[in-house]
Amino acid sequence: MKIIVNGEEQEHNIPLTVANLLQVLDLRTEKVAVEVNLKILDRSDFPTLNLQEGDKVEILSFIGGGSPQRRHVRGRKRYE
Amino acid sequence: MSNDPLHDPLIIAGREFRSRLWVGTGKYKNFEETRQAIEASGADVVTVAIRRVNITDKNSENLLDYIDPKKYTILPNTAGCYTVEDAVRYSRLARAAGVSDLVKLEVIGDERTLFPDTAGLIEAAKILIAEGFIVLPYTNDDPIVAQKLMDIGCPAVMPLAAPIGSGLGIRNPYNLKIIMETVNVPVIVDAGVGTASDAALAMEYGADAVLMNTAIAGAKDPIMMASAMRYAVDAGRLAFKAGRIPRKLYATASSPIEGML
Repeated sequence: MKIIVNGEEQEHNIPLTVANLLQVLDLRTEKVAVEVNLKILDRSDFPTLNLQEGDKVEILSFIGGGSPQRRHVRGRKRYE
Repeated sequence: MSNDPLHDPLIIAGREFRSRLWVGTGKYKNFEETRQAIEASGADVVTVAIRRVNITDKNSENLLDYIDPKKYTILPNTAGCYTVEDAVRYSRLARAAGVSDLVKLEVIGDERTLFPDTAGLIEAAKILIAEGFIVLPYTNDDPIVAQKLMDIGCPAVMPLAAPIGSGLGIRNPYNLKIIMETVNVPVIVDAGVGTASDAALAMEYGADAVLMNTAIAGAKDPIMMASAMRYAVDAGRLAFKAGRIPRKLYATASSPIEGML
């Protein structure tokens, strides 16, 4: 099964829930937010949501910030 | 001391904050320096950004290992968001990451100035407030926009002193004063502070708090500057509460004339 995690393609041979994926990546669930195909998950969904072929997973956490040092969004979209 | 004038807490949306200096956590050399600077600043609110986790480097440390969310109020920001959609998405992600419903909302309008896109800001704020967020908006020093943000339910407004990271200090004290007089929610001067006197001045004008990052993190000695800012904010707050003398063009003798030879 191919999935895209934080923009990188990954191949997994076994079925994975989001919780399994975080475990494989050695990430602590209490400190991250997870979005699958643009849908933000509740933490309670982590153990039950099975990832599917082609899923786009984003895993985020807090970093130092106060003011932007660089533009984060690529391909600037104007506010409409 | 029971009536210590420095001990009147700042209250926003029912939450009590002890410190009137809020600090960002960006641009430090490392997490240890970040931790020490925050400690020296005495701040109890710290802003953070939300970004992709580095999944290739398993040893990368987490900021929250250094800043205890039990000790500090973690205020996620939407720095780097240029559209309403992005700002809303990042706010939701921050909430999902499990800190709280607080968000320092930024919708940036321009890359060179990092000035807020205030039309986008108001729109994003409305969406988030409807979803139960406590929205603290980073805004321009525009009294009308500040008023509108208050009217739609922002429990504080955060007008800039000058462009983010510019260190120019308060460029438009009169607008800031008008904002402080016209809105009846706390006003937190955010961005543009360069040194301690800028922070003191903001507080003397009557700001309820000051938020800064670069002025501390970018100083030669960030930890010492954090300490300087702490004193400046306290001094400015005390001066504001004490009430300054009016400015006069001519001298007024402080020693009595009576009794002179």
